[in-house]
Amino acid sequence: MSLKRKDLLGTRDLSVEEINLILETADSFKEVSGRDIKKVPALRGKTVVNLFFEPSTRTRTSFELAAKRLSADVINFTPSSSSVMKGETLLDTASNIEAMSADFIVIRHSAAGAPNILARGLRASVINAGDGSHEHPTQALLDLFTLREKKRDIRGLKLAIVGDIAHSRVARSNIYALMKFGAEVRVAGPPTMIPCDMERLGVTVFYNLDEALTGVDVIMMLRLQIERQGIALFPSIREYATCYGLTQERLRLADPDVLVMHPGPINRGVEIAPEIADSAASVILDQVTNGVAVRMAVLYLLSGVK
Amino acid sequence: MSPRHSSSLLIRHGRVLDPGRTTGATDVLIKDGKIAEVGRDLTVATGTDVMDAGGKWVWPGFVDLHVHLREPGFEYKETIPTGTAAAAAGGFTSICCMPNTNPVNDTKAVTEFILDRARMANSVHVFPIGAITKGSDGKELAEYGDLKSAGCVAVSDDGKPVMNGLVMRRALEYARAFDLPVVDHCECQHLFEGGVAHEGLVAAELGLQGIPSAAEDVMVARDIELAALTAGRLHVAHVSTAGSVRLIREAKARGLRVTAEACPHHFILTEEAIRDFNTNAKMNPPLRTPKDVEAIKAGLKDGTIDAIATDHAPHAVYEKQREFENAPFGIVGLETALGLSLLLVEEGVLTLEQMVRALTTGPASAFGLAKGTLSVGADADVVIVDPAAQWVVNPDTFRSKGRNTPFGGWKLKGQVVSTLVGGRAVYP
Repeated sequence: MSLKRKDLLGTRDLSVEEINLILETADSFKEVSGRDIKKVPALRGKTVVNLFFEPSTRTRTSFELAAKRLSADVINFTPSSSSVMKGETLLDTASNIEAMSADFIVIRHSAAGAPNILARGLRASVINAGDGSHEHPTQALLDLFTLREKKRDIRGLKLAIVGDIAHSRVARSNIYALMKFGAEVRVAGPPTMIPCDMERLGVTVFYNLDEALTGVDVIMMLRLQIERQGIALFPSIREYATCYGLTQERLRLADPDVLVMHPGPINRGVEIAPEIADSAASVILDQVTNGVAVRMAVLYLLSGVK
Repeated sequence: MSPRHSSSLLIRHGRVLDPGRTTGATDVLIKDGKIAEVGRDLTVATGTDVMDAGGKWVWPGFVDLHVHLREPGFEYKETIPTGTAAAAAGGFTSICCMPNTNPVNDTKAVTEFILDRARMANSVHVFPIGAITKGSDGKELAEYGDLKSAGCVAVSDDGKPVMNGLVMRRALEYARAFDLPVVDHCECQHLFEGGVAHEGLVAAELGLQGIPSAAEDVMVARDIELAALTAGRLHVAHVSTAGSVRLIREAKARGLRVTAEACPHHFILTEEAIRDFNTNAKMNPPLRTPKDVEAIKAGLKDGTIDAIATDHAPHAVYEKQREFENAPFGIVGLETALGLSLLLVEEGVLTLEQMVRALTTGPASAFGLAKGTLSVGADADVVIVDPAAQWVVNPDTFRSKGRNTPFGGWKLKGQVVSTLVGGRAVYP
């Protein structure tokens, strides 16, 4: 079994069948991570390069573990200190890495569409680990995996994605994937954080968080990028937390069996109350666990193409 | 100057179209580089060279108000020889070059350098546009008197909108003394951060920072009111929004001295062209929506928009290979403008005469150039076009150094057969 594609750039162009295949494969790989010897030989002799132009701990570690549990060789390449400073283009940097016989390039970049450039220019499989505000497909896939684990069927689920939708690749990848599976997606945040034309993607826009959360089965909180530069999108962290933070009172507006998700890293007390992050409703650490299995599935399924 | 091989040339059996002037003429007689006579079945002295234009259109050479020749300073993108050769191949015989070179064309010395290089290139006419402000940094006015006397035909800080309203007011006022149009790249940069594409559905889906239509509309509105205040000559560069078209239409109805241009890409393509992060569809102003495209077409049809201009903006291939947000804005246009403009005729948006006008007399009168006409005594700048010829856009064969076009592979109809400047063939 394999995906009939070289690269994974986003969820927007994945079919339901492809997503199902990834999630089913992840299911069998999840079992591997529970073993004493957490390793299978599926990618022995293959080389995976983590090319991270932006700092990341969680995603890079997750990809690294996924590749190692499949017996691949893994190189972590952090270009900030090397060639990029010398003015080399992205494609040149990646071509040089490919020339050392890399089979997979996992890229995280601050510019939307950077993985698309590599996918066009390289023979290696390119996996998008987050590009600007565009997509973060493996995050959405692990979210879907977690939802299926906890809620069985995604169809008909009411979900609210809360926060800076405009600048969130997690939001985009989740919206594209969830819509394909027939979920009812709401997005909520201050109008400065919701792009124009958002409704044309099929989601419902809420500026009032209480209304957005009423009756939902799943709440996906986004991290507030406190470090963002430029003219602020909200007047203060205090006001943001008051208007758009997930509190115990707000949680009671949702379905009693509501799940709370967060792609991390969380700002405790800003977008999410600390006691919620640690509560039974929270599946934040399940997401992290499942991330390894989903990334193993993606690497494994893409390896069959070449 | 190379000597002409003959002092007179008869172009005959063509379909001559000189907007607003002649109908039914077949022949154009050129003597000593000037138009001597236009009519049917002209009789000429023996020894006159004859060019048969049977089945071809014979028009005044095109005038482009908006070209980036890149020289001095960015010769790796384009030079005056390659840029003028591209113009000739596209049927243009007069081009106005923007001052965003290095150094900026804000002094007589730079203007003279450009004109010297153009003379050496010995191709199409080059009309430099000087800077509005010194260094195009939006603060102090450049020396318009000097620029005009050196040969500048307009002033612009192209690519850099004049953000300070008082500076723009002073520019419009002061330029009146020299009867220079002030060309503004209308974009209020305070209305967005880091925008690289039209703020709409496609940018939202791709996660790209947007440039809202309002950024252009707001600036066009400001400039129009300043034109009213100062009685200055305002020219709005590369109109891209329905709002701009509406505002310019109103300004013209008020009798203000406002002219405008639109680029083929803005009346052919929409924001959809940037999907898959196609940097060859990245330009400023950005490709917008079908509604904007329709408004620009309507503006060309009713004369709100005076001219089709290319905003020819060559870049090196490797520059356009960068990430979408880091790649430079702009596409080349000189060699595709005719084929793309003819699509408007095929669609029934413009008559053939309206299209020719938008490429000749429209732009010429916006800048007050004695060009774009086949009237007797005018420079014999002529383009001969084969209306039936189909061709495929192949960027590798461009005369321009630039390969950055979203139209590669497009099948277009209507090909330039020959371009004459002062009666002398500059293309092929």
